[in-house]
Amino acid sequence: MNFFELFALPVQFEIDLGTLSTRYKTLAQLTHPDKFANAGSAEKLMMVQKNAQVNDGYQVLKNPITRAEHILETRGIELKHEQQTVQDTEFLMQQMEWREQLESAQHQNDPEQHLADLDSDIGVQSKAHTQRLSELLNEDSEEANHLAASELRKLKFMAKLHKEIELQEEKLFDI
Amino acid sequence: MAYSEKVIDHYENPRNVGGFDKNDPSVATGMVGAPACGDVMKLQLKVSENGVIEDAKFKTYGCGSAIASSSLVTEWVKGKTIDEAVSIKNTDIAEELALPPVKIHCSILAEDAIKAAVEDYKSKNSN
Repeated sequence: MNFFELFALPVQFEIDLGTLSTRYKTLAQLTHPDKFANAGSAEKLMMVQKNAQVNDGYQVLKNPITRAEHILETRGIELKHEQQTVQDTEFLMQQMEWREQLESAQHQNDPEQHLADLDSDIGVQSKAHTQRLSELLNEDSEEANHLAASELRKLKFMAKLHKEIELQEEKLFDI
Repeated sequence: MAYSEKVIDHYENPRNVGGFDKNDPSVATGMVGAPACGDVMKLQLKVSENGVIEDAKFKTYGCGSAIASSSLVTEWVKGKTIDEAVSIKNTDIAEELALPPVKIHCSILAEDAIKAAVEDYKSKNSN
């Protein structure tokens, strides 16, 4: 299933989220099970499946990481269930350092500021990886696709860190 | 999902947490990460001149299974030669800790950490 086709969008990383959302609403309405309450069971089943696809597709395309994963999947590179490890020492050292900073946040004088600074560092780095990912996906050569996959793996670590920071914030400030 | 008793034991009382000076020539450092879950693992081995692992330390940011896998590995590698250590398979780790299929990647991470550390040792001592 190519979700870009489903939403009539060009297969590219930079998409118009407004258009995606508008088309999602239209398709979700068109395939909504309530509309087929009186239809035959075969048609009902088909529309339920279609509706589920529309929902899945929207979730996948909305998020930049899963969107990039989906693009690579259409190009024959499967990342979703991979068990390959990353061994880029420099990158991982930085990850370790950030994790240590996150861990020490609660012992800082101003943990809120400490976490905000950390999140902003991570944001800058994530942006750089996303930019590079976008360029490589546009290039669409075999080499570029493999490099894109490695940028995407790094972005997943960044996303995880961002999530951990949010969790820490919730814990510290009981939001 | 329930963790096995062995995972909980290693998670609650992790063995050999910490690190050595990575610039020490007898210290081998292996850094690995799992993109699927964002776990990061550092395994360090202190290797004697005749290639025997005298001590091991780890630092892991990840789930209980990742911490247990690295903790277990630090116990297993001590006293082994580096060649014996690289023969430790992720399946041995997964079996010992009774890891469920969704956590197999944690044992792969630990196996790859040993390999990365041994490679670091070899490249440090190639001259």
